[in-house]
Amino acid sequence: MKNKIRIGCGAGFSGDRLEPALILAEKGELDYLVLECLAERTIALAQKRKLQDPTKGYDPLLERRIRLLLPALKRNNIRLITNMGAANPIAAANKIIDIARELKINIQVAAVSGDNVLANIDPQQKAMETNAPLNASGNLISANAYMGIDAILPALETGADIIITGRVADPSLFLAPAIHEFGWPLDDFELLGKGTVIGHLLECAGQVTGGYFADPQKKDVPDLAHLGHPFADIFPDGSAIIGKVKGTGGTINLLTAKEQLLYEVTNPYEYYTPDVIADFTTVYLKETGKDSISMSGGSGKAKPLTYKVSVGYQAFYLGEGEISYAGSNALGRAKLAGSIIQERLKDMFPEMKIDYIGSTSVHHTSFGNTAEPYEIRLRIAAKADTAEKAAIIGEEIEALYTNGPAGGGGARTNVKEVIGVISTLIDRKIVEPVITLYQS
Amino acid sequence: MKVKLYDIAHSRAGDKGNTLILSLIPFNEEDFAWLCKEVTAEKVKQHLKDIVTGDVIRYELPNISSLLFVCQQALSGGVTTSLTMDTHGKSLSYALLEMEILR
Repeated sequence: MKNKIRIGCGAGFSGDRLEPALILAEKGELDYLVLECLAERTIALAQKRKLQDPTKGYDPLLERRIRLLLPALKRNNIRLITNMGAANPIAAANKIIDIARELKINIQVAAVSGDNVLANIDPQQKAMETNAPLNASGNLISANAYMGIDAILPALETGADIIITGRVADPSLFLAPAIHEFGWPLDDFELLGKGTVIGHLLECAGQVTGGYFADPQKKDVPDLAHLGHPFADIFPDGSAIIGKVKGTGGTINLLTAKEQLLYEVTNPYEYYTPDVIADFTTVYLKETGKDSISMSGGSGKAKPLTYKVSVGYQAFYLGEGEISYAGSNALGRAKLAGSIIQERLKDMFPEMKIDYIGSTSVHHTSFGNTAEPYEIRLRIAAKADTAEKAAIIGEEIEALYTNGPAGGGGARTNVKEVIGVISTLIDRKIVEPVITLYQS
Repeated sequence: MKVKLYDIAHSRAGDKGNTLILSLIPFNEEDFAWLCKEVTAEKVKQHLKDIVTGDVIRYELPNISSLLFVCQQALSGGVTTSLTMDTHGKSLSYALLEMEILR
């Protein structure tokens, strides 16, 4: 058994930068590289792409990421674990094999599927958010169970160089290799809780190394243009040291680690994953050097009997339009424009939002700050049941040029279909992970 | 004397469905007790009244000298279907930091 493993996280969301993962693979002395690229809604969108073309439905950046990383992964003997399979891990595995053959690199790829449970859920089942039947929200287009280590461990045991999954819980991507290497018992929930905390710290990549943290003069972070992504040295007792490659931008300190530890945690005593219910209230963090944080403690209790399922549905078409006003009485002219749109469209669009960008658009208030901004951008957004109807919002914004207040400029319009996501639970026994192996 | 929370603490916002999660972390760990005393769940709910319509639950984490506020019904119906610009409410950490407390 190894006395330490090193896992890097080279992407924290689907659209993340490409080169930090390459730097980790080349210089990070990693055992494993994880790319976490799947958000709640991403998989529903991927499902739509798969319906249109059965060879698609995996992450749109998969080809570019794999092409970039494969030579360094092979050279340095690093195993890759990623959820870039999205709605179609099998097609993703085939694409990776194609790229490997083209680059003349010999690898084995394990696809992990089985998370698609659309056929297994009852549309009348209640949604956790609305307490109403799932299909009351709209036409269901996808349902994916958050699988965990149970799905990833068998793939690791095949010895595959690349493990490509669909929907699995983010921390499981990191916990599985730790269990695989250290032989942690699957019912040792204290160790599984610790491993989950480590995964949670890493899963958003740059968010623990100084990304999403900086504020000039107050919370300075060096060289965000070349932000390094993190790795963790994980020890058999479930403790870890978080670091990054020397020479990369960013910073790791107590402040960045604490912000990330609490990120998206709805209950620090009970952080639910498919593997364990982790306890974050016993985690201790310590600065152990420049850009180095040690993590100890953390705990957990028995895993839930159900998997959480993300259900995608056809929600509505979003119509949007924006136009700017600047100079004297910019806010007054923007508000006049807003009231014109309101008067013309309120009966047609019961759900419409009017925002004054530069003033109160994202906080819905300015907390008593009364200084009037020099320029304001009016934004109108509304829900419609067809794309044609949604387009009316933009048409009305553009019509403000010649029919509205003085000095409007820079109109932009947008129409897009919105996929909503709600959640439900499914009995674990119904979900069967499937491992499929491919050789280049 | 009043001070802005941002003078003594930092925050990151997260989301789960229609729930907004805000951490509050003192720059100096010695200020944790002061934050616990002054920044109650009720005061945060009042401060964020234009944003949060549901309950605010506060968790204390003395292990990392930090507070966590879990705000229900705070994201205009939820990340995937809200009409707001910042559907995730990611900018709302700085709404919390606008709050003033007594020194």
